[in-house]
Amino acid sequence: MIAYDKQYDVIVTGAGHAGCEAALAAARMGCTTLLLTINIDAVALMSCNPAIGGQAKGHIVREIDALGGEMGKNIDATGIQYRVLNMRKGPAVRASRAQADKQLYRLRMKAVLENQAHLDIKQAEVIRLVIDRDEVSGVDTKAGVRFYGKTVILTTGTFMKGLIHIGLINYPGGRAGDLPSDGLSDNLRDLGFEIGRLKTGTPARLDGRTIDFTRLEPQFGDNPPKPFSFSTVSITRPQVPCYIAYTNRRSHEIIRSGLDRSPLYAGIIEGIGPRYCPSIEDKVVRFPEKDRHQTFIEPEGLNTVEYYPSGLSTSLPIDVQWAFYRSIEGLEKVEIMRPAYAIEYDYADPVQLQVTLETIKIRNLYHAGQINGTSGYEEAAGQGLIAGINAALKVKGKEQLVLARNEAYIGVMIDDLVTMGTKEPYRMFTSRAEYRLLLREDNADLRLREMGYRLGLVSQDDYQQFVTKRIAIDVQLEKLHKTKLLPSEVTPELLKDFDLSGIQNSITFEQLLKRPDVTYADLKRLDQSFGDVSIAVQEQVEIQVKYKGYVDRQLEQVKRMAKMEGARIPLSFDYASISGLTAEVREKLTQFRPTTLGQASRIPGVTPAAVAILSIALKTKIEG
Amino acid sequence: MYLEDTIAAISTPAGEGGIGVIRISGSASLSILKAVFKRKYDGGFQSHRFYYGDIVSPQTTTTIDEALAVYMQAPRSFTREDVVEIQCHSGTLIIQQVLAVILLCGARLADPGEFTRRAFLNGRIDLLQAEAIIDMIRAKTDTAVAVARQQSDGSLSAALFKVRDLIRRALALVEAYVDFPEDDMVAKDADCLRQQINDSLSIISDLVATFDEGRVIREGVSVLIAGKPNVGKSSLLNTLLKEKRAIVTAIPGTTRDLIEEVVNIDGLPVKLLDTAGICTSEDTVEREGIALALGRIASADLVLYVLDASRSFDADDQFVAESIKQSKIIIVLNKSDLASEIRLPSSLLSYPAIAISTLSLTGIEQLKHQIALTFLHGKAVDSRELILLSKSRHRDTLLRVKILLSDFIEHCAIPLPDELLALDLRDALDVLGQVTGETTPDDILNLIFEQFCVGK
Repeated sequence: MIAYDKQYDVIVTGAGHAGCEAALAAARMGCTTLLLTINIDAVALMSCNPAIGGQAKGHIVREIDALGGEMGKNIDATGIQYRVLNMRKGPAVRASRAQADKQLYRLRMKAVLENQAHLDIKQAEVIRLVIDRDEVSGVDTKAGVRFYGKTVILTTGTFMKGLIHIGLINYPGGRAGDLPSDGLSDNLRDLGFEIGRLKTGTPARLDGRTIDFTRLEPQFGDNPPKPFSFSTVSITRPQVPCYIAYTNRRSHEIIRSGLDRSPLYAGIIEGIGPRYCPSIEDKVVRFPEKDRHQTFIEPEGLNTVEYYPSGLSTSLPIDVQWAFYRSIEGLEKVEIMRPAYAIEYDYADPVQLQVTLETIKIRNLYHAGQINGTSGYEEAAGQGLIAGINAALKVKGKEQLVLARNEAYIGVMIDDLVTMGTKEPYRMFTSRAEYRLLLREDNADLRLREMGYRLGLVSQDDYQQFVTKRIAIDVQLEKLHKTKLLPSEVTPELLKDFDLSGIQNSITFEQLLKRPDVTYADLKRLDQSFGDVSIAVQEQVEIQVKYKGYVDRQLEQVKRMAKMEGARIPLSFDYASISGLTAEVREKLTQFRPTTLGQASRIPGVTPAAVAILSIALKTKIEG
Repeated sequence: MYLEDTIAAISTPAGEGGIGVIRISGSASLSILKAVFKRKYDGGFQSHRFYYGDIVSPQTTTTIDEALAVYMQAPRSFTREDVVEIQCHSGTLIIQQVLAVILLCGARLADPGEFTRRAFLNGRIDLLQAEAIIDMIRAKTDTAVAVARQQSDGSLSAALFKVRDLIRRALALVEAYVDFPEDDMVAKDADCLRQQINDSLSIISDLVATFDEGRVIREGVSVLIAGKPNVGKSSLLNTLLKEKRAIVTAIPGTTRDLIEEVVNIDGLPVKLLDTAGICTSEDTVEREGIALALGRIASADLVLYVLDASRSFDADDQFVAESIKQSKIIIVLNKSDLASEIRLPSSLLSYPAIAISTLSLTGIEQLKHQIALTFLHGKAVDSRELILLSKSRHRDTLLRVKILLSDFIEHCAIPLPDELLALDLRDALDVLGQVTGETTPDDILNLIFEQFCVGK
């Protein structure tokens, strides 16, 4: 090995959505950072769907943005259709989603990386970690170079021992068109990590010149588009529609006729796939009673004819793919530009991590993204950001950052992963968060902006803007609470509109806004001065007033759990020495090694009685 | 668990004893005390002072018992939290009712050993006691597990799991609407949702109705035999016991102490209490016995009001009637083999009355049947099933689930947004989890993927 003469603080291996956030965070915190990738032209490439956000994922993007990450800004600069999902439901479950111009997204992120101080970007394949007494000190590359770094972050995506399947044909690859990473997962196994295998898939890319869009239903985005980033003023790219199409009975016949050559049903694929992202053959087999399945035909960019048919991923042979896609109305003459495929890859069960994303076995080694068994750009980016922050904090000798389950979806995700591990690709859902009403897209800045600023990731300007907003919200809440509506000062028509005709006593504007049928906009009719603040402030005030009772209920729950979440269990804790635990519980605790009593309580099979016993044992062992 | 909520439990041994103590610990202790305890003289509660008053149900405003209460402000208490102790009568039904009212006011039934555990965790008791607490928690939960296992094939636990599955399915439906807004699933079916929860509610109501029956089977009921002297109370006791336990003479006022025996009537354990004849006696010893008898009336689950059918209704009979008018009563017309002279005043005509003779043994079976009927409401009794629900924990659990599900139905009608509806169902599953085992977010996701073709 030829040793490179520059000493890095942080080395990031892999430049996907996790790796980019990790490298930017570390460099922005002042660490000398190296980002290694197998292919520099594929930095921040969207390997699957050309979209960012969606239910629960949009929440994560807003959290990344509040903390000072890049994903929100990057999609806002390259987004070509925006929609807020669940607009008719409550604010906690509203989620942003945007179509991206795939190439612009990648190039914009590459430019951000290239303009970042303290950050080197190099094309290289890492084959081995340099380990010295259970501590990582660098990486070796295939080209024979050794890079020394105080910390290493692995963000390998689907590349470790990646195997691409199209029908019964399969070949190694990290993604269609890219080489896999061959030696790294063997090295991890040698170091004592438990390595498993997962599978995911992607649909074909279709040639838009051969699609009859006049027979498809267009779906337009919101106008005006609502940006992801708290720093974005407005979206400037041209906005384009998606198109809705449906499979039919004949499509399903074609799928069934090809099942004998499906690598999934022939048992060739051993990796476990995501249930929430089923291939079309999965859907047809599992729900035979459904006559049709919906697909959104999404543009891959403004300057390309490629389209992405969502929900139609498959690993069936190419001849079945031709027949299948052409069986769909409007797609009769469609040409496939890139075939659909499934990919298997190695991952390291995240139960081998601490809640900081540092591995338990090897000091200063962090894992983020698909190597931890997650799927999704947003999930990857959220972990990458935290791994980058923690690696930087480690280098500086500062305390590690851990987001609590009541602070962020990112906190819920990491706690889920390290507490229970995962055997299938993990995706975020809002139902995974027990404090869902607290973790809203609209208040991500109120939850995390301060933290991002203290870490040095949020610029002075962005922070000032946030502080101004926060003060305005508090002032407005106070005003609502104190200002009374005097029936005598309002016209009879308005009184009638608000159902206030009969009342004798004055009512505060806060009380009025609490009513289900009254909106903030209504208040402006009664008192124009309520319109003197920004829309963002008005929106936040309305949500806080209307949701208050429920939010308080959740805050009460958080308070009750606080003692448990704060009760730390030493990693070396000897469960065998506690007489009261059943063998089953002892085995679970030994296997999952919870770091707090709160985590222990979330492990399936660990009963409340066991937690009670554990709480006593902890106090006995630590204080006694 | 390690939660900082407010807990309550009966802290005196189950069953016997004239006085029972209910202990409440946690930050809401004082507010719960204020909600259920009406002082005889108005005023606040100072720490470490005894107060005399009534336990009143805030829902129905009926008085359940008279009691003494003491509030001990943190940290000067056993758990070092705010603690309230209420001393009330320990008749098996009464103390349970008092506890039920406290639980409805927001306390959670304490887990086995939880007061001691809190005391330990708050540094109140020393480390040497820790192992003992662990053993106690383990022993109690092992017993509970054994009971549950024994019942696992019974129809009662099947009903509980049915309720859980109905709520799970409803929650999966709501969560699917929330988490998959882009999928073309079936439109939101609010009727179907409401139906599932209404089904759960009716199952729960049926189960709760069996609670009182279940409890009396496990703990037994106390039946007091009352009447003026020499109407045949002790003869009745002996007849029910089929042995001469009490001294029977023709001299009125022979029984001066309380006599207790347990007898099995139609599968129901009945603790029979024979008392001194109640009258306006001059005899000091006899008067003590009368006072004792009067004192026990309030805590008895049922009073057998014995009258001599061969004599006319007199002032002493009336005095007895006045003393027992708060109780559940069966009128027993003894000596009905003799010529009937008695005419009941109209105020007593609404009570069940059984004519018997302790000499010819007529009417005894009928009386036994009437006693059983009072507690079991004539339903067929499968004691195996009833034992499970007889545990206060299960009843408490079901009542709390019932409240949450009723909230859900109410919130559906408004309608509240889905993520708030999910909150009610999630809370209901968490509470039910104490009996049926927990429901994890993954359980709900599994149900969603089973039922709906979602995701892309």
